[in-house]
Amino acid sequence: MSARIGVITFPGSLDEGEAARAVRRAGGEPVALWHGERDLRGADAVILPGGFSYGDYLRCGAIARFSPVMAEVAAAARAGLPVLGICNGFQILCEAHLLPGALTRNAGLHFVSRDLRLRVENVRTPWTRAYAAGQEITVPLKSGEGAYAADAGTLAALESGGQVVVRYLGNPNGSARDIAGVSNEAGNVVGLMPHPEYATSELTGPGADGLGFFSSVVCVLMGA
Amino acid sequence: MTAPDTVTRAAASPDRPQPYAELGLTGPEYERIRQVLGRRPTDAELALYSVMWSEHCSYKSSKVHLRQFAAKAPPSDALLAGIGANAGVVDIGGGYAVTFKIESHNHPSYVEPHQGAATGVGGIVRDILAMGARPVAVMDSLRFGPAGAGDTRRVLSGVVSGISFYGNCLGLPNIGGELAFDACYAGNPLVNALCVGVMRHGDLKLATADGPGNQVILLGSRTGPDGIGGASVLASATFGGSGDGGHAAKRPSVQVGDPFLEKLLIECCLELYRDGLVAGIQDLGAAGVACATTELAAAGTGGMRVRLDAVPLRDPALGPPEILMSESQERMMAVVEPADVPRFLAVCARWGVQATVIGEVTGTGRLEMTWHGDTVVDIPPGTAADECPVYSRPLARPAWQDKLAADDPAALPRPSGASGLRATLLSLLGSPGLADKTWVTEQYDRYVRGDTVLAMPEDGGLLRVDDETGLGVALATDGNGRYALLDPYAGAQLALSEAYRNVAATGARPLAVTNCMNFGSPEDPAVMWQFAEAVRGLADGCAVLGVPVTGGNVSFYNQTGAAAIQPTPVIGVLGVHEDVRRRLSIGFAADGARIVLLGRTEPEFGGSAWAQVVHGHLGGRPPRVDFGAERALARVLADAAGSGAACAAHDLSDGGLGVALAESCLRGGLGCRVTLPGDAFTFLFSESAGRAIVAVRPGAETEFEQICAAHGVPAAAIGAVGGHRLEVADAFTISLVELAEVHRGALPAIFG
Repeated sequence: MSARIGVITFPGSLDEGEAARAVRRAGGEPVALWHGERDLRGADAVILPGGFSYGDYLRCGAIARFSPVMAEVAAAARAGLPVLGICNGFQILCEAHLLPGALTRNAGLHFVSRDLRLRVENVRTPWTRAYAAGQEITVPLKSGEGAYAADAGTLAALESGGQVVVRYLGNPNGSARDIAGVSNEAGNVVGLMPHPEYATSELTGPGADGLGFFSSVVCVLMGA
Repeated sequence: MTAPDTVTRAAASPDRPQPYAELGLTGPEYERIRQVLGRRPTDAELALYSVMWSEHCSYKSSKVHLRQFAAKAPPSDALLAGIGANAGVVDIGGGYAVTFKIESHNHPSYVEPHQGAATGVGGIVRDILAMGARPVAVMDSLRFGPAGAGDTRRVLSGVVSGISFYGNCLGLPNIGGELAFDACYAGNPLVNALCVGVMRHGDLKLATADGPGNQVILLGSRTGPDGIGGASVLASATFGGSGDGGHAAKRPSVQVGDPFLEKLLIECCLELYRDGLVAGIQDLGAAGVACATTELAAAGTGGMRVRLDAVPLRDPALGPPEILMSESQERMMAVVEPADVPRFLAVCARWGVQATVIGEVTGTGRLEMTWHGDTVVDIPPGTAADECPVYSRPLARPAWQDKLAADDPAALPRPSGASGLRATLLSLLGSPGLADKTWVTEQYDRYVRGDTVLAMPEDGGLLRVDDETGLGVALATDGNGRYALLDPYAGAQLALSEAYRNVAATGARPLAVTNCMNFGSPEDPAVMWQFAEAVRGLADGCAVLGVPVTGGNVSFYNQTGAAAIQPTPVIGVLGVHEDVRRRLSIGFAADGARIVLLGRTEPEFGGSAWAQVVHGHLGGRPPRVDFGAERALARVLADAAGSGAACAAHDLSDGGLGVALAESCLRGGLGCRVTLPGDAFTFLFSESAGRAIVAVRPGAETEFEQICAAHGVPAAAIGAVGGHRLEVADAFTISLVELAEVHRGALPAIFG
């Protein structure tokens, strides 16, 4: 048997194909999930991919959080299911209050597509166990509304609780405290703006530094 | 709303004056329509003919020249569909076919840069989708006025944000293109968008309406009053009394794009294709419903009946002429067998795409349209789609052409000494046209879909098509209005040569050509001569290189007042890469690799970047074209990529060897030391065609020499990769830090 990892397609999702490829490269089995169905098809973990769900109308992720599949995701996440939101997926998790804070317009007001150095701060989550604490990795960022924002109290709590999962080395978008990704208190729900799925192959990415997100969860699920 | 002009009314009021001139039709063209119909056209018919017989849709001024692309086409077994289809389709092996096309959206991009450029991307993507292919990447060839001019900032920022907004949201990687600046584009920027799509051989779709009884379905956006400047003329001139004319005339003439809807439309159409529910399909672009219905009908069994009142509207005040002319975005028209209609509509509902049956295919040979039961259009569709009057417009070589050619840049002062050469190279690297383009390309997603192997600032974009075998396609677009002004025939051939060379520099084999011809007014004999020469040059060049033209686009009237832009043929070349894992980057990344200069370097400075940047000069002759040398060079690059003898390659073009060396150093992060095999100025800045630099894999030097000898390509070992400086022996040294500051700092300093 293998680790079954659900990848949701919302209307306007763009990166679900590469997320599924990354799962396969890590030895897992991707399971396609559809926004309109209240069904996780027995997935052992779920990825919310990048894109522009519902055209980013109203606010990024604001409409997707109300889609039928999200009711299942929310319930399962509260019960401990590993959930990863990448880019638009991170925005959806914030809108759904499964993660604290919000993503706002980039400081430079332009879309930024760039390979970035990141530092993995928390390696205890099911999505980052394969990394060494403080490990620096190169992963692409591609977003227009990626500036992480939260109130001072929340930021302090994130820091003290070890919920800052990845941080930018060189802030590309004005994110508070260089935060690139965070987790919930339990650590099973992680969201980040950069795209580790596009850093899983030397041929089409800046390297394979991002593979650890996917191999981490596969290891956890296989009980390794 | 007043009652529409019906066929019955038109027959009864033959002498009613009609605003044909305001709609862009000439007197003889209007008479021709009356002749075809045997009566005056209705308002709806007049609208339909006026858009179908416009220059944009009919190619009436260019057709007589464009015929050469087919007449001179080299034999090619790779072509599955060619000129005349929405886009050409090329067999790349392994059961795959690719389709690609480039199209202009110049005028809307000046009026409203963001939406103009965005809808340019949307339009070309639908062209590719209509062929049955999944769109997989886009590229953009952009030209603006001087970088420092205030209006350029408005236009460029808007165009880039529009491309970024639309392309990123569609999920199509942007893998390359061009960015150039010249005063001639200040009032008329060029925005040419290219899209490439991939399909399996059996998936090819054709834009025909066959089979009487088949249903005609309009899917996608509701129709609104977008881009119907022309129709408002009709409204004010003939719908008098409604009081709506003045209001309609103030509506914007540039369409507004919704990339989210287009994304849904793409996924929806691909599912419809997969389920075999589409008998024929056509995208709606310029001339909207008028164009889609007439072309589908004309290409099929010839008859179609359409209920215009069934078209879903965003604005209920629209009447038949506006509905026919509207250029609302994100719409497609499909022909569907009656039994498949319920399943077709179910797929559309699953994707949230509105779909409405608006008519059916008939066997009458007539295109009939009704409006609440009254017939408002009844024409033979071929007369609108294919029988527009064709013009052989007068052409004349401009009187100033010889004087321009005689103004040889050989007379210009050249930099003296090492410090002069150094300063010249830095000024070229920091000039807007040659500077690093990251400020622009960083706003585009090049990763999405996960198959991008090479993207800007590489010579060509390279996409993986097959995960298992590594089969892929490479694409490049090139153009040089300066060369084309000096000699339009050679200018088109140099653009073709450069795009061909750029594709070859990735290690791919060039296969096919698309083109976007950007010119001034065809009514100016000098412009028409430039156009005719450029088309002749391209057709001749393609014949010699063995790469057929599969399609393209002509954009005339690119001028401000009487001043036309430089003639600007933009050429796109597509190549097949047998294994993208063996791609060549431009970057110097292998320490110690030998650097070899391929091709012959002559003192050729006409139209060069040096003459422009340093002297503001444009005159003389462009570089000599040598297709034999281009072919041989391409074979060397393909062989050296395939065998692994080369580890990097970079074509030489604008700015010459000096600029290319600097770009390769910055891309790979390593410096180089070179010794020039002759006059330093000539070797650093000449723009002779048919040249490239290659970094040879250490240990493969002899093998590489043999490859060059086998194809008869002159090869000079000029140095080696290493260190962190660009060092030209007996001349100068520049650190990579200084190169980067100058090259990467230029555009951010101008655009923020």
